[in-house]
Amino acid sequence: MERSFIARNPSVLIFLSILALFTLGVTILSEGLGIGVISTSFVKVLGKTLCLCLIAIAMDLIWGYTGILSLGHFAFFGLGGYMIGMWLMYERTRQIVETSLSEGVLPPTPEEISTGIGNQIFGVVGSSEFPLIWAFADSLMVQLAFVVVVPGILALVFGWLAFRSRVTGVYLSILTQAMTLGLSLYLFQNASGLRGNNGLSGLQNLPGVTAPQSVVSLWFFWASALALALGYLLVAWVVSGKFGSVIQGIRDNEARVRFLGYSVETYKLAVFTLTACISGIAGALYYPQAGIINPAEVAPIASIYLAVWVAIGGRGRLYGAVIGTAFVSLVSSWFTGGQAPDVPLGFYTVKWVDWWLVLLGLSFVLVTLYAPNGIGGLIDLLKSRRKETDA
Amino acid sequence: MKSLLLALCFALSFGHLALAQMTPVQDVLQTQRALIEKSSRRTIGPAIDALVASGLPQMQNVLEVWQGKQMWQRKADGLFLAATKNDDGSYTLQSFDDGAEVGTATSTDLKQLKPNSGVRAMIATALVQFQLSDSDPAKRADALDSIARDPEAALLAPLRASIEGEQDAAILARKTRLERLMSMAYDDDIPTRVGAINDMSGDLGVDFRATLNPILTTKRIVSQTMPEGNIARELTVGTDALPRIQAYDLMIAGGDAPLQITADARDAVLEANIIAGRIADIPVIQLSTESARDRAYDALVTGGLAAPRVTQEDIDASLASFRFFDVYDEPSEAVTKAAEAALAASETRVAISQAADLGLDALSLASIYFLAAIGLAITFGVMGVINMAHGEFIMMGAYTGYVVQLFVPNHTASILIAVPLAFVVTFAAGVALERLVVRWLYHRPLETLLATFGVSIALQQLAKNIFGTQARPLTSPAWLDGAWVINDVVSISYIRIAIFILALLFLALFLFIMKRTRLGLETRAVTQNPKMAASMGINPDRVNMLTFGIGSGIAGIAGVAIGLFAKVTSEMGSDYIVQSFMTVVVGGVGNIWGTLAGAAMIGGFQKGVEFLNPSNTLAAQTYMIIFIIIFIQFRPRGIIALKGRAAGD
Repeated sequence: MERSFIARNPSVLIFLSILALFTLGVTILSEGLGIGVISTSFVKVLGKTLCLCLIAIAMDLIWGYTGILSLGHFAFFGLGGYMIGMWLMYERTRQIVETSLSEGVLPPTPEEISTGIGNQIFGVVGSSEFPLIWAFADSLMVQLAFVVVVPGILALVFGWLAFRSRVTGVYLSILTQAMTLGLSLYLFQNASGLRGNNGLSGLQNLPGVTAPQSVVSLWFFWASALALALGYLLVAWVVSGKFGSVIQGIRDNEARVRFLGYSVETYKLAVFTLTACISGIAGALYYPQAGIINPAEVAPIASIYLAVWVAIGGRGRLYGAVIGTAFVSLVSSWFTGGQAPDVPLGFYTVKWVDWWLVLLGLSFVLVTLYAPNGIGGLIDLLKSRRKETDA
Repeated sequence: MKSLLLALCFALSFGHLALAQMTPVQDVLQTQRALIEKSSRRTIGPAIDALVASGLPQMQNVLEVWQGKQMWQRKADGLFLAATKNDDGSYTLQSFDDGAEVGTATSTDLKQLKPNSGVRAMIATALVQFQLSDSDPAKRADALDSIARDPEAALLAPLRASIEGEQDAAILARKTRLERLMSMAYDDDIPTRVGAINDMSGDLGVDFRATLNPILTTKRIVSQTMPEGNIARELTVGTDALPRIQAYDLMIAGGDAPLQITADARDAVLEANIIAGRIADIPVIQLSTESARDRAYDALVTGGLAAPRVTQEDIDASLASFRFFDVYDEPSEAVTKAAEAALAASETRVAISQAADLGLDALSLASIYFLAAIGLAITFGVMGVINMAHGEFIMMGAYTGYVVQLFVPNHTASILIAVPLAFVVTFAAGVALERLVVRWLYHRPLETLLATFGVSIALQQLAKNIFGTQARPLTSPAWLDGAWVINDVVSISYIRIAIFILALLFLALFLFIMKRTRLGLETRAVTQNPKMAASMGINPDRVNMLTFGIGSGIAGIAGVAIGLFAKVTSEMGSDYIVQSFMTVVVGGVGNIWGTLAGAAMIGGFQKGVEFLNPSNTLAAQTYMIIFIIIFIQFRPRGIIALKGRAAGD
């Protein structure tokens, strides 16, 4: 019997312990349950970052290990968010409508309630009818299943069409980008049934929960950390076995793997769909913390940033994806949030709000040119320099 | 001079007594005095008609002066006079009959007639018939405009009368056409109207259809028997033309059926009848379904406390006992039949023209996609380098045009300068990008994609920092404004024609460079086999650099062209980048004819979807992308796929 994949890959355990310590630390320092050093909004930022790390792991699996540069995984992320958002919004509106109706003289009828909810949710797009896709919005279980199933089916259909016709390399990247563009344009329409460009809002309020946001934000933070840990374990396990070897073979030389008798398309499709499902879960955890989801989230640019994070972190190693995502997204929000000090040059003042993207773009070029393995590559370098430390 | 003096003396000394004897215009005005003084839009009609009916030639002047608020009434004798203000504040008065001055007066002696806008409009209509025969062609054209805008039966006769003496050919044609149109609507003789309609049947003009439509207006009539009049059709209840609810509402409006009790009204009655927590002995708490509420209401009805509910069966019965008809407002069946036929003929031709118009639209959209994609066809199609910053080169070209226009105000000159300058700027940018980034990554296409994407982010933000987030205008020269109007339906703006021509020029330029120049030969050689080309004395580095530069430069020129009809923003490049790649991929990489076909297909498809679903251009793009994904299933290498060795991997 071979050693388990965790024993063979010590970075998994190290990562999990760091994540556990981090979670514990944030909890202790938090406003809701700890000593109040970390504000509730920052707990949310950290929780959202964990979700982004989770989709980054999925991205690393599809790009770093399988060699498919997908520029459309935020479409799955967004779909996951929409699926859970539908339930959150429906359920919360239902409670509000029922409360307001029960103040009337007659007890409310089901028709009145459903019309009231419809008016509340779809009033902004000039409608009060429930579109067909909201048929199961009242059921948490179904919508939770949809978080995985809907992105999964989209990935399955799209992937089947794309891989079957042997679309590879940059063509596939462009096609995935077109997919997410198509989805975002579709969602922008009022007729899409998901409130057009208004998106779904008020998602930070859990229906039926009276706990303050400071505590709820911690619940989501824990959930995100747990999902990240499980996702990390799952992907680490997937890439460690024979399956992992085959997909890395596909990355390195697709034709040879095919000639060895493996069904390359099936493997690709499996990875594509799996990563889509993981992305959906990440999105479903992300948007309740963000509070709002709208079609702009699904725009092609988001998926490209995902590739940027993973590339800067160093693809082909899971911790690299996590480090890159956490680093770049936190630094990004620090720079664009206006907290970074401006740099006065005498003749011109560099405002980071304006110049951060220029810096990010250029450093991305530099990373691609000179450090194709990203930050993770640095860690590898340190490892090989100091053989005695096995981490 | 002597006679004028005499007239003046005469007028002054004898006053209105003398005037009354030889002043037909004033007489007519005086007969309508009460109405004119009242000057209300609702009552003034007969007065104006009387003035016109008098047939006096001076009436045109009277009406014009009146309309221009220069008709005054002398308080002393109530005479209507034209008055002009003098420098000293007094007024010089003129008689309408002979134009003679009849003295001066101060404003306290006079009362100005101030017709309101409604009255002035009616005066204008009355004036039209004088103006139709005016000696000034511009006035005649104005009169025709006024009739066409607001046709009236009364104007038909003067219009016909004015046709005979018309000298100006263009105005004569307009008069004849207008006469035909007005004959359809207003002639008393039915065969004349039918003839006029049949003559013009199938005409494409908006005015023709606008004349026919009022002839074909209908009223919906609810009746148990066949109604009188010119029946257009009988409607069946429950079809799209007449849904049940609408039919029942019609019956309610006609008093043929009782009002339905709405849910709100029912609930109000229920709430008004709560007695000790119960309604008609049913506990309020149980009324949480619609059927329970209906039952409670019915119980109230039985108790005589509410009006009976109209059930579905009642509605069915009511609807079954009545028939619904559309009846033409126009009484003559011959006219409506001819009008229906003529309109149908017009609509067929309009549909054909619309299809032609759609074709032109699709062609111009295809040209835009082709323009945006042709640079990519070189860098991506020929060299195999994926340049995500291509859209930013388009943007750079557009901003170059904007900056040039800041310095060169003449639009024609500025565009002539901007086009080569945009090429130079983006050529330089392209060469720099190739030298600094792309050439290190020739064997790693995915990383080229990422690196050039980094460049794209940086350039976009840089443009935002320099030019701001608001859209900048790039104004086209005046000679590109306007549109080529083929008929009332088909038209295409000159700027789109220019873009189409530019696209053709680029196609020719591309073919010339690739097939007829040394650089093209070397490019093709390097693309096929860089090592072999190098051993033949070609410098692949230089060739790659120049090719990439040319591809980028063409993107810059495309940017100027696109900027002319779309706003110049820092994000304009990203609007085109996905479509451009789609165009190249769908068309088939490495073949310019493929790019052309791809642009035509995507443009045509998108316009087609927009035509079927005109309110929603976003949906068109979504469907287009789905279509492309499916299309690639059947032709993975694009419409025109390279064969053999050239196809590579």
